[in-house]
Amino acid sequence: MDTAALLMLIYVLVLASFLGFELISKVPPTLHTPLMSGSNAISGITIVGALIATSEMGFTTMSKWLGMFALVLATINVVGGYAVTDRMLKMFKKK
Amino acid sequence: MSSIVQIAYLVASILFVMGIKFLGKTKDARKGNFLSAVGMLIAIIATLVTLDILSFVEMFACMLIGGAIGLYYAKKVEMTQIPEMVALFNGFGGMASLAVALSDHFLKTEVLQTEIDTVNSISIIASVLIGGVTFTGSIVAWLKLNGKVSGQPITFSGQHLLNLLLLLTFLGVGVMTYLFQIEPIYITILVVIALLVGVLIVIPIGGADMPVVISLLNSYSGMAACATGFILNNNVLIVAGSLVGASGLILTQIMCKAMNRSLMNVLLGGFGQTSAAGPQDGPQIVVKEVGVEEAAMLFDSASSVIIVPGYGMAVAQAQHVIRELMEQCEKRNIQCRFAIHPVAGRMPGHMNVLLAEANISYDKLIEMEAINDDFNNTDLVFVVGANDVVNPAARTNPQSPIFGMPILNADKARTVIVSKRSMGKGYAGIENELFGFPNCLMLFGDAKQTITKVVGEMKEMA
Repeated sequence: MDTAALLMLIYVLVLASFLGFELISKVPPTLHTPLMSGSNAISGITIVGALIATSEMGFTTMSKWLGMFALVLATINVVGGYAVTDRMLKMFKKK
Repeated sequence: MSSIVQIAYLVASILFVMGIKFLGKTKDARKGNFLSAVGMLIAIIATLVTLDILSFVEMFACMLIGGAIGLYYAKKVEMTQIPEMVALFNGFGGMASLAVALSDHFLKTEVLQTEIDTVNSISIIASVLIGGVTFTGSIVAWLKLNGKVSGQPITFSGQHLLNLLLLLTFLGVGVMTYLFQIEPIYITILVVIALLVGVLIVIPIGGADMPVVISLLNSYSGMAACATGFILNNNVLIVAGSLVGASGLILTQIMCKAMNRSLMNVLLGGFGQTSAAGPQDGPQIVVKEVGVEEAAMLFDSASSVIIVPGYGMAVAQAQHVIRELMEQCEKRNIQCRFAIHPVAGRMPGHMNVLLAEANISYDKLIEMEAINDDFNNTDLVFVVGANDVVNPAARTNPQSPIFGMPILNADKARTVIVSKRSMGKGYAGIENELFGFPNCLMLFGDAKQTITKVVGEMKEMA
């Protein structure tokens, strides 16, 4: 990777972190559990990496099997995380 | 990579950010979660578009398996067990990042036989470390939370030195991994060390500190995804990863503040051990008991009630009878609210979810800062399954392990009723002076059974 590409990634990292801190500070304590399970689902974004790793041809390499393993785990995270967060948020009602 | 895909990743990133922004208002929160999920779907589809169509079968097979497991777990899990689920899922996220990093390493060294450049190599090593620590750390936290492993801290001498040595070894072997990339032994050692460190850093931390630990591991799982983003030169992974990283860190901070502990103090562990051996010699606390009927009469004659729920309420599954109790109070025009301490329950916001499940309106759930001044002019405080969060020793006794921790001023109310199974100690293993206060009455017995009886008495009175 060249320096320009690396700097670009760091750029994104720093700005996204600041944005994250700003936004998440505004989430009310009532919603901290759904926030955590929801961010759990978001951290399943590794699914993108897992897909790329699985796309390799043939079943002979270590790299392919690791990719498939990662894909199963990341999908559990994504699907389970969003589903359980939705289930919880559905319960928050104001009367 | 085509620019269409890059644009799709940008849209996904924006949807993640919007999703979290919508979580700022309780009424919009569900919409936010949906937006975030749409973002994820876009990111997945965009990735699939770039990939070789010939490997779709195994991809869909993997996603089908993962999706089915995730969906089944999400539908089936009890709200009391959400902390365990989050702990486990943090671990899966960490392991997925570790596996992607390893996969990339083997792809380059064995299949493509190209050299891994410095930045890439550092990213892979970082991803292995964070991912591995997140995985085993989360598994230990999960075992502690579901009681398969004792919540007691496990400490031994030289523990911190060992951790330090392991980290130094990790760095050394990391350099070797970079220098001798074709040798798979070095990266294997890295994985083993990372997994070991994860276990070692969580075992000394006691059960009472698990809210801090899962918040922190949540943050790590985001950082692991971030590191993976650096390996794959992929922005969407970095954006999503750093949002999660920031979220976990903020929650960690809030939890630490609510316990008046520094993060370092929590991580070094052993909390609760010293206290368990400590204040046995103190004066025996004499308590006054109250019966079901009398308790019902106290509720009946009050004009304002604050209920302080703790994890014990969830264990006794008393949420639903508490809602009935609240309804009885509201029928009598008694103001009835809930005071929520930030560390009540086993994870941030846990009490709110449990009470929401019991169909209690969320505007009745009041945070500590907002309600603490109201205890002075409240007739009756009902403490259910909470202990340390109402222990006045936190204010008055510098010897107490929880001294300095912000607490709910339950003792300031005219009358306090504490529903408790027995005179056992709280999760942190500390005596509670409140129980001996002149305005405090103990309602012994299983919370669900006794409260059901109280509600029954109140129904008869009406």
